[in-house]
Amino acid sequence: MTENILEIRNLYATVDGADILKGVDLTLPAGEVHAIMGPNGSGKSTLAYVLAGRPGYEVTKGEVLYGGRDLLALGPDERAQAGLFLAFQYPVEIPGVANSVFLKAAVNAQRRARAEPELDAMDFLKRAKVELARLEMDQDFLTRPVNVGFSGGEKKRNEVFHMAMLEPTLAVLDETDSGLDIDALRIVADGVNRLRGPDRSMLVITHYQRLLNHMVPDRIHVLAQGRIAASGGKELALELEEKGYAAFTGEKSAA
Amino acid sequence: MSTRESMDEVRSIAEREYKFGFFTELEEDTIPKGLNEDVIRLISTKKEEPDWMLEWRLESFAKWLEMQGHEPKWARIKHPPIDFQDIRYYSAPRSKDDGPKSLDEVDPEILATYEKLGIPLREREVLAGVAVDAVFDSISVATTYKAKLAELGIIFCSFSEAVREHPDLVRKYLGTVVPQGDNFYACLNSAVFSDGSFVYIPEGVRCPMELSTYFRINAAETGQFERTLIVAAPGSYVSYLEGCTAPMRDENQLHAAVVELIALEDAEIKYSTVQNWYPGDAEGKGGIYNFVTKRGACRGRNAKISWTQVETGSAITWKYPSVLLEAEGSRGEFYSVAVTNNRQQADTGTKMIHLAPNTSSTIISKGISAGFSQNTYRGLVRVNPKADNARNYTQCDSLLIGENCGGHTVPYIQVRNRSARVEHEATASKISDDQLFYCQVRGLGTEDAVSLIVNGFCKEVMQKLPMEFAVEAQKLLGISLEGSVG
Repeated sequence: MTENILEIRNLYATVDGADILKGVDLTLPAGEVHAIMGPNGSGKSTLAYVLAGRPGYEVTKGEVLYGGRDLLALGPDERAQAGLFLAFQYPVEIPGVANSVFLKAAVNAQRRARAEPELDAMDFLKRAKVELARLEMDQDFLTRPVNVGFSGGEKKRNEVFHMAMLEPTLAVLDETDSGLDIDALRIVADGVNRLRGPDRSMLVITHYQRLLNHMVPDRIHVLAQGRIAASGGKELALELEEKGYAAFTGEKSAA
Repeated sequence: MSTRESMDEVRSIAEREYKFGFFTELEEDTIPKGLNEDVIRLISTKKEEPDWMLEWRLESFAKWLEMQGHEPKWARIKHPPIDFQDIRYYSAPRSKDDGPKSLDEVDPEILATYEKLGIPLREREVLAGVAVDAVFDSISVATTYKAKLAELGIIFCSFSEAVREHPDLVRKYLGTVVPQGDNFYACLNSAVFSDGSFVYIPEGVRCPMELSTYFRINAAETGQFERTLIVAAPGSYVSYLEGCTAPMRDENQLHAAVVELIALEDAEIKYSTVQNWYPGDAEGKGGIYNFVTKRGACRGRNAKISWTQVETGSAITWKYPSVLLEAEGSRGEFYSVAVTNNRQQADTGTKMIHLAPNTSSTIISKGISAGFSQNTYRGLVRVNPKADNARNYTQCDSLLIGENCGGHTVPYIQVRNRSARVEHEATASKISDDQLFYCQVRGLGTEDAVSLIVNGFCKEVMQKLPMEFAVEAQKLLGISLEGSVG
């Protein structure tokens, strides 16, 4: 029997008083990778932020179960400690804080919360260097301040690096492919693929089909006008490519 | 968050708010409140001072009387007028003998107090490399490692002892950097100063350990007026650390210290402070009024003086560690982190006075304001006509946490020589919700996130602190800002 890591039921959410999510239903079984596609303004990023617990994103109806727990009752840091990860579409700069210092603090905060022994500096560095090498990232990513002066591609790669170090149970990737050239896209996709496993689920939010050539999802959902308008296998992405989102949004409003 | 977890968090934050606020029960030798010539004579007698020292005090007192009504009013701080007759000007733990001859004679209660503060006085427990002079209320209770330092000709003792044992050195330098009538509070200090440290590093000697003084106000209704004098002979080097704490009390207590540094040719003095006087409670009740005059003089060619301060305590901070660049090629540095929270007010900065050719100065100031506090950087860079090719670089950054605090930058730049190069950069920023959320999504709690962001903001200054101090200072920053983000 497959256990569901994430169950979103009839989820409604508002941002600044505007209704953005209007009854999202989505089930993600453990170990699967699902893609969420949709036109601009359909609520993809809102869904990611609601799952991560961003202040100001208010859930007005519905529920989200994470491994059977009420996810919405947890603060954003507690969600992270419980194994939820969000790769930001626009990663935030923190001047003066070395990436390694930040990441080590994060890893150990999570370990403390789970009553696991903390990583010491040596173990942490050893692991960090291995992951950096895999992502074809320079060692100076450890000493550079978090996201400060990073190019768009470097920021996205850094998010994948964070994910690799934090080993989440559920990773939500919010348009991690946007702004990447072909080579960077391949590296990021390879990085994500390597992290796939029976104990790790992913929700990959993307605007374009091209990412899904490198990172084949188990299922694809189309989010339109705040609801899941269609779900299907990987062939759905090709159909989208061919017909465009209009077909789905149109169908939805006609129904 | 579960109720139990949040209760624990609240409790731990409450406990961590000001962990040095305890009071030690001691038999104190105090004098009545109030200030007049007799009080000054009494202080001088208690300290067994020579006549010249008493004369100097009385001269200062006469000057101070003329300054009545001329307290400096230009700083961005507000407080009710201080009643100088309502303060006790001397308080000392009553010892069985005239004074402790060695650590074994120091009252065990005092030793226990310093243990609580994390200042190990017992030499065997002292971290290798730090010699400590501990000042408790008005007197110095113990100086560690004295003998070892004496082998190198280094003098490190209480100011009172220096007046008795090294009068020529004290007379030669005392008041030459901060004259008696320099300002209202320095003048008061010159009249009533209690104790402090004296350091002399002989020619060519590099002091092998950090010298450290720990100041503690214990007695109630008492002011602390310590005086520190550090002289670095040609080619010598010393790194000096200063820390301070006080019990939590509802009334305000006055601290008016004077520090004078003199660096001769090719000498270097590095002076670091972690100031953690009791800041008052969240409503602004109680706390230390900290009116301090710190100044160094580079009196020989290529001398260097460097001030590093981490200011987290005091209800009011009024403090401008400065450098007089009197000799050619000398250098002055000021690295500062000033944190204010709740109702604290800080007006702090520096003065770099370029008096000779090829002098240079660097100012890096980081102000962090939270709660309802006000935090002002006030700095003067002056280049006099003779100071050809003087250089200054100033960077002032303010970080605001919350909506109700204020951060202000008031630079004064006076250049009277066309060859000078003076640069000033200033930024103001807020800890953004985006930054906090980003940290939280990686698993960090709010307090840890603020601490991390603030430490990043202050990094350039923290790196200037000696290792053991940097660790303490980092923790202190986190503690000072706890509860500042809802």
